[in-house]
Amino acid sequence: MLDLMTGNAAAAKAAMLARVEVIAAYPITPQTSISEKLAEMVANGEMNAKYIKVESEHSAMAALIGASYIGARTFTATSSQGLALMHEMLFWASGARRPIVMPVVSRALGPPWNIWTDHMDVMGERDTGWMQLFCENNQETLDLILMAYRVAEDKDIMLPAMIIEDGFILSHTFEKVDVPAIEEIDFYLHPFNPDVKVNFRKPRRYGSLVMPDWAMEFRYNNALAMEKAKKKWVEAGIAFKKAFGRDYSSLVELYRCEDADVALIVAGSAAGTAKVSADRMRERGRKVGVAKLRAFRPFPTEEVMRLGEGVRTIGVFDRSYTFAQGGAIYGEVRNALYPMASDVRVKGYIGGLGGRDITEAEFEKMFEDLLAIAKSGSMSKDVEWVALKDGSYRW
Amino acid sequence: METYRDLPQSTYSLQTTESVRTGTWRTFRPIIDTKKCTRCYTCWKFCPDVSIEVREEGEYPRVDYDHCKGCGICANECPTGAIEMVREDSIC
Amino acid sequence: MIEIRFHGRGGQGAVVASELLARAAVMNRLHAAAFPFFGVERRGAPVTAFCRIDLKPIRTHSEIYFPDYVVVLDPDLVSMTNVLQGLKPDGALLINSAKESCDLQHVKWNKVATVDATSIAIKYGLGSENSPIVNTAIIGAFSKICPQVPLESVIESILKASPGDKKANAEAAKEAFETVKGVW
Repeated sequence: MLDLMTGNAAAAKAAMLARVEVIAAYPITPQTSISEKLAEMVANGEMNAKYIKVESEHSAMAALIGASYIGARTFTATSSQGLALMHEMLFWASGARRPIVMPVVSRALGPPWNIWTDHMDVMGERDTGWMQLFCENNQETLDLILMAYRVAEDKDIMLPAMIIEDGFILSHTFEKVDVPAIEEIDFYLHPFNPDVKVNFRKPRRYGSLVMPDWAMEFRYNNALAMEKAKKKWVEAGIAFKKAFGRDYSSLVELYRCEDADVALIVAGSAAGTAKVSADRMRERGRKVGVAKLRAFRPFPTEEVMRLGEGVRTIGVFDRSYTFAQGGAIYGEVRNALYPMASDVRVKGYIGGLGGRDITEAEFEKMFEDLLAIAKSGSMSKDVEWVALKDGSYRW
Repeated sequence: METYRDLPQSTYSLQTTESVRTGTWRTFRPIIDTKKCTRCYTCWKFCPDVSIEVREEGEYPRVDYDHCKGCGICANECPTGAIEMVREDSIC
Repeated sequence: MIEIRFHGRGGQGAVVASELLARAAVMNRLHAAAFPFFGVERRGAPVTAFCRIDLKPIRTHSEIYFPDYVVVLDPDLVSMTNVLQGLKPDGALLINSAKESCDLQHVKWNKVATVDATSIAIKYGLGSENSPIVNTAIIGAFSKICPQVPLESVIESILKASPGDKKANAEAAKEAFETVKGVW
């Protein structure tokens, strides 16, 4: 059914459609309306779930790890400082192979105190062993949460997943969303039934000490599961397309990249703006494309390499900074393309931090810059902060 | 188990920690003198290993020697000095 | 694409106005997106909200700088903020005011329409006398100056998603549509 809803309403709806059984959440802007909506749906009987009120995000994640051990389908949501407070428990969830699904409504970390979107919060958790997927719009938020349960609970995977929706830009924006019927979802997403469950009649110890002789092998299995998740996301995408018509069958969505001279890799809501910008450039005869990075973990190395085989000048737009060489996505893309380093140029753009608006005009400047690099074969800077007030930027 | 392929996805033990007989770690054994004990259960409250047992209100506390590690906190906390720490090798 | 900016005060319903308008457009088989100015919302303080309407799916996620329409929910805001900022040269302005557009002192613009949404809101008991909620009346009037969103869709949207007494809100929208002045 077509409806108009915010990203946060779509996230809460997805939890309801997935028949989530245990929710534990703590409020933080701009996530709060997800947990409020869920509390309302649990209270009025729309959802048959246990809602655990907790004193922090750390406790929320701890509660869900326990609930997931029982065999319950679990859900929480957070942002920014709340995600940072969860950090320790994020490792716990992935190491214990608990398929918890959590929308992260991305927001800058302070100081400077700031409630608006950027990806510093999620990139700070990139090495916790969670799957991380970015949404371009509210439809994707709803769809990817449903897909995430299917992949996360797959017996070969059993890893938690963050579904990332940009704070305010998606979370508080009303967009058209096609909401599947819960009966349709029941065919796509089966109940969670893990092999190992807590059984109170047969008490056991969970998460027990592992000595150095085997701890590394456990970690290796985590790594293998993340690698296998690439295929599972593609399969889940194909099944989703069959059931609902919307296509998520690739980890990198290519937009007008086939004959492009340059391509820009973008994750999240800015990908939509970049596509509009690419359309305008195409109207002026500029052959540019957008590669929308849907999955950051697992990282689609092969798909990025395939892009590099066709397009030799690639830009990466990051809404985060690593305090090393550019943004988080830029680092991964350059890493993936290193084997063909002599043929491919990769430029990093840092922008949209702390909620700074990224306009179509800014993307056009990035495309023009990339086209100039493609033409001359050289670039003066590897990484550039876009629309930075450095004296040359007009605002 | 020979390779990573043989491991379960996440760690769990088939029994609870009760199966681990930590009583063998002990050098000193707490012995409760029921003549001095007032059954205030301070020892029960302080034992970090849940090794002081009180099954029913009113009975004297008993030490679970299968699990008591002999840390001596109970003896230290006992307000009437009813718990004595005795060297294991002097008992047997 | 049509881009609309709403000026109001926190609590007057500018954000809901943008949502209801977007919903009306979707009901009219168009694509739409609505969003508030992303910031801190405080009762009484000036707030803005935005709406995009198009034939194609709306992919851009940037803010609106050059609107086609500006809608002002509170006439006092005209002297406090530059409501005309960025308004396209052929763009239109709709102001909640009991005056005719030619009597408005602070506004020099070609296309200006006015509607007495405050009186209409009070008449239909929307909000309170001291703080009437004018959002449904104003979008009823807006449908008169924006052909892409007909009154029927606006009313359908209000009946589905308006907070408060849906019927009274729909009546207010209808009356505002009929009494809007200065339509070019």
